[in-house]
Amino acid sequence: MGALGQSVRRVEDHALITGRGLYTDDLVRPGVLHAVVVRSPFAHATIASIDLDAARDVPGVVAIYTADDLCDADKGVPTAWLLPELKTPAHPLLARDRVRYVGDGVAVVVATDRYIARDAAEQVFVDYEPLDAVVDPKGATAEGAPQVHDDAPGNLAFDWQLGDEDKVRSAFASATHRAEITLRNNRLIPHAIEPRAALAEFDPSTEELTIWMTTQNPHVHRLLMTLASIGLPEHKVRIVAPEVGGGFGSKIHHYPDEAIAAWCSMKLGKPVKWVATRSETNQTDAHGRDHVSHAEIALDADGKIVGLRCTTWAGMGSYLSTFAPAVPTYLYGTLLSGQYDIPAIHVRTYGTFTHTTPVDAYRGAGRPEATFVVERLLDLAGKVTGLGPVEVRRRNFVPPDAFPYATQVALEYDSGNYEGALQKALEIAGHDELRAEQARRRENGEGKLLGIGFSCFIEACGLAPSQVAGALGAQAGLWESAKVRVHPSGTVTVFSGSSGHGQGHKTTFAQVVADRLGIDVGQVDVIQGDTEKVPFGMGTYGSRSAAVGGSALATAVDKVIAKGRRIAAHMLEANEDDIVFEDGSFHVEGVPAKSKAWGDVVLAAYLAHDLPDAVEPGLEETAFYDPANFTYPFGTHIAVVEIDRDTGEVEVARYISVDDVGNVINPMIVEGQVHGGIAQGIGQALWEQAVYDDQGQLLTSTMLDYALPRAHRLPSFETDRTVTPCPHNPLGVKGVGEAGTIASPAAVTNAVLDALEPFGIDHLDMPLTPEKVWRAMNR
Amino acid sequence: MYPAPFDYYRADSIDHALELLGAHDDAKVLAGGHSLLPMMKLRLAQPETLIDIGRIDALRGVRFEGDTVTVGALTTHHELASSDVLRGKSPLLAAAAAQIADPAVRNFGTLGGNIAHADPASDLPAVLVALDARISIRGTSSERTVDAGDFFVGLLETAVEEGELLLSVELPTTGTGVAYAKSEQQASGYAVCGAAAVLDGERTNLAFNGVAATPVDARDAAKVFADGGDEAAVNAAIRAALDGHDLLDDLFASGDFRGHLATVYGRRALAAARAAG
Repeated sequence: MGALGQSVRRVEDHALITGRGLYTDDLVRPGVLHAVVVRSPFAHATIASIDLDAARDVPGVVAIYTADDLCDADKGVPTAWLLPELKTPAHPLLARDRVRYVGDGVAVVVATDRYIARDAAEQVFVDYEPLDAVVDPKGATAEGAPQVHDDAPGNLAFDWQLGDEDKVRSAFASATHRAEITLRNNRLIPHAIEPRAALAEFDPSTEELTIWMTTQNPHVHRLLMTLASIGLPEHKVRIVAPEVGGGFGSKIHHYPDEAIAAWCSMKLGKPVKWVATRSETNQTDAHGRDHVSHAEIALDADGKIVGLRCTTWAGMGSYLSTFAPAVPTYLYGTLLSGQYDIPAIHVRTYGTFTHTTPVDAYRGAGRPEATFVVERLLDLAGKVTGLGPVEVRRRNFVPPDAFPYATQVALEYDSGNYEGALQKALEIAGHDELRAEQARRRENGEGKLLGIGFSCFIEACGLAPSQVAGALGAQAGLWESAKVRVHPSGTVTVFSGSSGHGQGHKTTFAQVVADRLGIDVGQVDVIQGDTEKVPFGMGTYGSRSAAVGGSALATAVDKVIAKGRRIAAHMLEANEDDIVFEDGSFHVEGVPAKSKAWGDVVLAAYLAHDLPDAVEPGLEETAFYDPANFTYPFGTHIAVVEIDRDTGEVEVARYISVDDVGNVINPMIVEGQVHGGIAQGIGQALWEQAVYDDQGQLLTSTMLDYALPRAHRLPSFETDRTVTPCPHNPLGVKGVGEAGTIASPAAVTNAVLDALEPFGIDHLDMPLTPEKVWRAMNR
Repeated sequence: MYPAPFDYYRADSIDHALELLGAHDDAKVLAGGHSLLPMMKLRLAQPETLIDIGRIDALRGVRFEGDTVTVGALTTHHELASSDVLRGKSPLLAAAAAQIADPAVRNFGTLGGNIAHADPASDLPAVLVALDARISIRGTSSERTVDAGDFFVGLLETAVEEGELLLSVELPTTGTGVAYAKSEQQASGYAVCGAAAVLDGERTNLAFNGVAATPVDARDAAKVFADGGDEAAVNAAIRAALDGHDLLDDLFASGDFRGHLATVYGRRALAAARAAG
């Protein structure tokens, strides 16, 4: 049996669970200095002066720098996704005259240890003149709102549209049923278990700079760091991702701090380490979501959707983070067709600046927001048509024979069977029994309120192809690289441009290679996360690693096999076209006895004593794989909640997921991704929210105030799958990293609102806290 | 997460700890460190001196003598939760300690540290009030005992004076008719509203934590409940107990909601105590 589809144990785990994994902060370089960034306590203020005298007097302080010192070296933090007429105000590494969010850096203290650096940072006295702040994404556009940037009038970063507005207008005019909703998609703070960190070491002799850092995409960081922030030539910079303790998107983006550490190392000629505290992480890691939306749906007399429109104010925070403009546009507006055949869609998104932490891609990135809008609207559509949540979805699914399916918002869905996933989920849930129980409880008024919520979601992973991404404004290609090095003894080392940080790539990629080559998984080692070892790669985010990185790997392996066939044909004195590679050996088609083992062919390649003409010695191939399209995983999730009538406390009693992520490389790892994603999405639905007061103070900057999901508040998830392979990549895989996070906020919210139906409540915004639910029941 | 500089002393005995406390201004006593150290790491607390009492064995453990259970200040939450003596003789404290945070915290956090910190959202203050517990405090020259109801003076403020050390907590023995019920703050797991009830024939008590700066003694409501008062009567008595307290108001619950939760969790704790009795 091949290695694909097996729950191979993760080769990563022994080191991680025995404490042998080395993270950035574990790394020690001789003479290392420690940097602490002095941050603004105000959301909006001008800087009148900065007094460094007291801080300089702290014993052990080596240097203190402000914007004046960085000066020309500070080329700032770039935005790597450009929209038409996008305003891109300068984002310097250190603020010069004005700070724009709590956490904006104003100085950096470098000292012999981190305690001294922190003590000295408290002795940096900045004379701020506080100004009014604006924190609400929609409020930022109001007349008279405090302005974040002088060169972005009205706090508008962009005004983006997609779809046919006139067609939607006439669809609404002739529709039988309409429903509308105004909602907030709550602002979230990523909580990777390892905070951001960088260790930069500049060698003044060679002028080479090595940065070990928490990154999901080392090559992209190197490019942004060299081209924009510190101006060192790319070939002189090496970025290494040691063990990285999660990212959820937060370690995609390019931030000032890592570049500041690099600049300090270059300036001082010594290694400099910067490690964020948890509070700094909450203040400065790019946040997620933060939408205010108004959405409408229109249906005909048969309950068929005839139109959908949605206007969104998407908070960008104080500066445009790396990929921020793409998230509420191309990763959100394009997903507003959901699983449904909708003939007319129009979406308009205003990206707005606020005096808050920048917002960027966070697990799901745009797609949870889109799913939330669509699935809330479908529930309302079920109400206004009287069809209920299941039937109204069924009537509108894109049917299995309609693929590839072109939506009205610029995507072409590759494959799907939406009804199949829904049906399976209904059966697992025992939907009829649940409804009967709900009716019983409603009738006799006893027990907790029971609610059943659906989320029939679609996502798009592995953003592609590069040509399209470029046309949409991406300042990067979205392909992936892989190099397969077969050693003379037949074992294999592969180098992937993906850069795992907890996903288990060393295991799953080894399975892909082992399966294709018919060798043991243990004979394959996977290297990633080092710009000096790996060909240029795009990294790991957007559920792209299996679909794009894995496909790159499969393509490179196929090149190896192709060369092997040429060599085997020569060895077997057969025609190359007649050589078949099966179960780890090359043989002549129809003549299994006439064969050469994998190891013999590999060795022949390296001995090179007798190779066919024009065949080079060695066996090593590289592939740069640019996908033909996104992949479109989908599924149905069902949440069953119980609500305490007296307190409004919501408990997720059951959670059923049927995901279709195409072919599966490692079911255990897929399962883990689904579980983590569901938990994270339930967190958004019930507990998590970044809260700013109206002066821009972040009130949830510690875990005492920002409520992450806890295991004891979650049920055992009932997970299952259907399999609809991706038709356009060599592995037939789609991607699973974000599915749970995309699906579950809508499923849980729909379930809570289903439970509250007797109270006549159309909508409540996340998080659905006890007080919010209790007040809704008692208004 | 790097605290400001501080001096550290390890006390070998109670007398040594008191001597160190007398010798240093702005000193804080370090026990399990689960309240103090996080505040120091955030630089919300910057004591000049820490006096570590963690190795003073005389402050540790649960003893039953006469009709009183004495619990040393250094006894950890885990030790409280798993103490056979407590579970047999005065089970409410064990039951409430089992609901504190998670195993890592319960293995380090101590009874003395918890109540000396006097976080209003902490689980134990109401439990001690409902049990009519007495708290022993020693200074250099004298030792005194304070009723739990008088111990919690204000937000993060107790009857322990400068230079004094909290030694132990004395609990009466109770029957099994006790219960602690709480609504968890969703981020921290502390109590948004915690209700401790004792209905064992001897005592008819109810107290709350999490709703106001200090524990709220609502024993009159317990009496209404015990006398067969209906839901409205018990609620009214709980509301009466809350009167005169400024109810806490934060991101997780408004004062109004806390007041409502007190009526719900108060009744639930009373009902559970009656059922367990």
